[in-house]
Formats: sequence, C-alpha cells, structure tokens
Amino acid sequence: MRALTWQGKQDVRVETVPDPGIVNPRDAIIRITSTAICGSDLHLYDHYIPGMRDGDILGHEFMGEVVDVGGSNKKLKVGQRVVVPFLIACGDCFFCKKQQFSACDNSNPAETTDASEIAYGYPMAAAFGYSHLTGGYSGGQAEYARVPFADVGPIVVPDGIEDDKVLFLSDILPTGWMAADNCDIEPGDVVAVWGCGPVGLFSVQSAFLLGAHRVIAIDHHPRRLELAKQLGAEVIDFEQVNVREALAEMTGGIGPDACIDAVGMESHGMSPDNILDHVKVKTFMATDRIHALRQVILATRKGGRISIPGVYGGMADKFPIGALMEKGLQIKSGQTHVQKYMPQLLDMILDGKIDTTFLISHHLDLEDAAIGYKNFKEKQNEYTKVVLRPGLGQRVAVH
Amino acid sequence: MAERTTHTRGADAPLTAAKNPDARAAGLEAGDDSDELVGRTVSINRSRQELYDFWRDFRNLPLFMENIQSVTMGDGGRSHWVVRGPANSELEWDSEIIEDVPGEVIAWRSVEGAGVKNSGAVEFRDSTNGRGTIVSVTIVYDPPGGALGKAFAKVFRREPRIQARQELRRFKQIMECGELPTAAISPDAILEEA
Repeated sequence: MRALTWQGKQDVRVETVPDPGIVNPRDAIIRITSTAICGSDLHLYDHYIPGMRDGDILGHEFMGEVVDVGGSNKKLKVGQRVVVPFLIACGDCFFCKKQQFSACDNSNPAETTDASEIAYGYPMAAAFGYSHLTGGYSGGQAEYARVPFADVGPIVVPDGIEDDKVLFLSDILPTGWMAADNCDIEPGDVVAVWGCGPVGLFSVQSAFLLGAHRVIAIDHHPRRLELAKQLGAEVIDFEQVNVREALAEMTGGIGPDACIDAVGMESHGMSPDNILDHVKVKTFMATDRIHALRQVILATRKGGRISIPGVYGGMADKFPIGALMEKGLQIKSGQTHVQKYMPQLLDMILDGKIDTTFLISHHLDLEDAAIGYKNFKEKQNEYTKVVLRPGLGQRVAVH
Repeated sequence: MAERTTHTRGADAPLTAAKNPDARAAGLEAGDDSDELVGRTVSINRSRQELYDFWRDFRNLPLFMENIQSVTMGDGGRSHWVVRGPANSELEWDSEIIEDVPGEVIAWRSVEGAGVKNSGAVEFRDSTNGRGTIVSVTIVYDPPGGALGKAFAKVFRREPRIQARQELRRFKQIMECGELPTAAISPDAILEEA
C-alpha cells in the first residue's frame, strides 16, 4: 500500500510499504477514506519528539471502511464505516473502566513503556503514528491501517454522512470538547481560549455549547481569529494588545472564570532531552516555552479554572506556582479520553448541533501529503486544516 | 537460600522497594551475601482465583516471561525449567513448590543440587473496589560462580527490574485483554522480526 513515512527531520515521503494484516484477535483492518494532518504531527515532522524511526507511518486522525476483523472482535463487521480514536485503549483495565481511556494501562506494548514510565512515573497509553514512546503503532496517513482493540475504539458512523463531518471525532473535536468540559463552566461564565488552531477553535465552539456566556479567543493569525469570530467569540490579537490587561478590562476587572491553554509546548517541550534526561536542566532554562501557560495562570480570575489541552512533554521553567496557589486556581489537563466523548459528539453532529467542516482549508491526495505538511507548517494562516484522501485523484502542482 | 520474606524490617514498604536491593541488606534473615532480590507489584482487573489458576500452570509462564523457553510440570509439585542463555545456550533446573494456597499464593524454589539456586513467589490479594487483584511477585536468586554464573548473570542481571516490570505488564495484558498488544503491522512483520 501507499503510506506517508517519516524519514527524518522535515523529511516525510509517501512510499510503498507492506500491507497491514490482522495480528491479534480483537484487531480490525481499515481502508482509509479520509485522514488529517494534526498540529501535533508537526512536532514529529520537526523531530521534537524522541523515539521516531525511519519509515514510521504517521497519522492519528483517520476514518474509513472496515475490510477485515479479527476472530474475537464481536463489534465490527466488514463494510462498516468507522472513525478511529487517535489513542488506543483496551477497554478492560482500571482506567478504561473509569472512562479514563487516555490512561489505558495495556495498549502500549510492554517493551515500549519504559521511557515514559521513567519520565512520568507511570507509562503512557499507546497512540497511532506517534513515535515508539507511545507504542510505535503505524498511523493512518496511508491506504490501510491495522487498528488494535478495534472492539473498543472505532465508532460506527451511518452511511450517507460525509467524511468531513465526522472525521474530527478522531481527535481534535473531542479534544476541544474535553478542554471546555474541564472548565466546569457555570452560567454567566467568561471563558478565554489561548490559541485558535483546530483544538482552540473547537474549544470555543464547545465552551458555548456547554453554556459559556462569552468566549474570548487569543491568537495572531488573522484567518484563525476570523474563524473564532464566526463561532461567536470575541477576539484578541496578542501582537496588537496586552492580553492580560485586555482580558481584565473586558471582564469588568474580574478576569475570565476559566482559561484554556490550547497552545501547548510549541516546538520545545518534547525534545528528546526534556523527556529522557531530566538532569540536563539547562535545556529547560530558555524562557518563553510556557509563555502562554504563564499568561493563562496570571489572567485567570481568583478561584477560577484552568484547562490544558495543549501538549506538554517535559519540564517547565519559571512556572508561576505562587499565583496558582494564592489565587486558588484549579487545573485540569490530559490527553483526550476520545472513546468517552465520541458517542455524544457523533449524536450532536448528526443532530446538526456541531459542524466542524468550517475548519478544513484543503483536501489533498494522499500522494501530496508531504506538500500538506510543509504548507501546514509554513502557511498557518491559510492552511487551517489539511485532509488527505487516498485516491482523490487531483494532484497539487508543486510550487 | 532464604525463606520467603516480603517486607522491609520494621516498616510497611515492600522489601523490593529497598534502596539497597541486596536481599540480606534489605532484611532477609537467612540470606547469604550474594542473594539478589527482584520484585514488582501490579493491579490486574481480574479475580484472584483466575490469576492464580493461570500462574499455577507454570507452562503458561513463557507466554509473558521472555527468557523462559519452557516449563514442564512433573509429579509432586515439581517442575523443570529451561531458560535461554547467551549464544543459544540453555540453562535448566528443577523447582519444587513450597507454598500453595489456591487464590492466594504460590511459592517455589529450585531443588537441592540445582546449578542455579533461585526461589520465587507470587501473591494475590483483593484490591479495593474496581481495582481487581494486587499481584506481587518476588524472585530471590543466588548467582552461581564460574561460567554458569556468568551465563546466568547475562540472562537475569542485566536489567532485572526492567525485565520484571515488562514481564508483569505482559501478564496483566494477557489476563485483562486476552491478547498481547503489539505494534506489528501484520503477521508477516512478526515473522520477519523473529
């Protein structure tokens, strides 16, 4: 089959690789119809995440048609259309039973759990196409994918609804939703969102659906601020104004009740040194790496709530623990429990309460995936979201 | 060989968490100087009896213990262990069961005269609501001298703690999921790696 493979820093190529097949009894094989490039794929692209090997197949936002199922998979049938969660969860462990799917204790194979167990105290769950720290599973920017524990993760979607409407159930929609859910929004609340990338925009949308009175979105790309505005948010361009002062003034001097950091580590926090070598403290000394999070903590009102869907991987320097404690703030964070949120979000999509298609700026043939990565990274204003389609047929003229 | 002891002297922490993992230093009374101790605890979302039954059939151990090639069950609680050594060599010994309480504990040790003196125990205790069973494994071994000792060291002493946690993780995966998670993209890929 054809698949996008990682070959080194800023070097991804579509190559012919062996087809996947059923390995374990609960597996399924999916023929992929749509697969997106995620902002977090850019961390891999730029090689800020350790544990990548040449030839690894990337991609963790994908959907398609079931073409084969393992012997003990009682849930899926050949021919069904499914959206696959980016995190792999077994459904059987203590964490999965508590619906904390992103803490699954079993999906990461035993031989790849040591690095995260050492770095974080307990091992991470597995994910598709996201380095060997999270299991080394082949991703979905390909024609086919092997999906383990396919009797737990993939959600069946009805025929007739187009891919674009449900694809983002795989990651960014539940991630934006959980970010807002973690804000414990109360009537009358003002929610501020840092970062108007896909997750930030879906956080804006979700915060309104969860009852926020006002949402204030912060970014500097005009196109992304425009999208936030279309969703009903008030916007702040951080290049133009002092964000904390603006937020205080816009909230009657009280400050936002809840703040969402949808920025994350940017291009720093998950460097190999940060994760694997705590001792090299000097690598954490650079200042602005948690700039957004510092601003979030200082801007949130006293007794307010902070939600961090943005990805961090290592250590933070100059973390304002004093402001956190003295103001009595609460923080919730974590990789998304996608499997928990998928059913309710699918219902909302089918009922027309959520439409995520506004985000998609480009559809590309899988063969043009490398161009998609390059432009998603370098032209953030225009490339808000790239969806890849195997066999789309229309090719991009290389600039 | 020391008798089975699981806790540090005068404290609640398990012996395997001692800063000095040397068994004698950690509190084993009859241990000799060179005894080494490896242990690990996991919670498994299955009943004590179910876990006990699987483990009690030692033939299952190679499913999650990488170095063990085979265990055959003999009469009277005896078993024969074959372990992979370096350079395609094999280490073998006989073990006997010294404690066996269904659903609670299994303890074994190598018989008198075995080249590799070792003992092990696995305990199963109820956890609190929703957490299944707490499984604690403790292995004490006395590395032999000479060439055999060197071979044994290569197999067991390289990263015994990492090995123990990976093995127990696999045991948990088999018991909870009914399969061993792998990132292999297809059965062919597994054959190529083997």
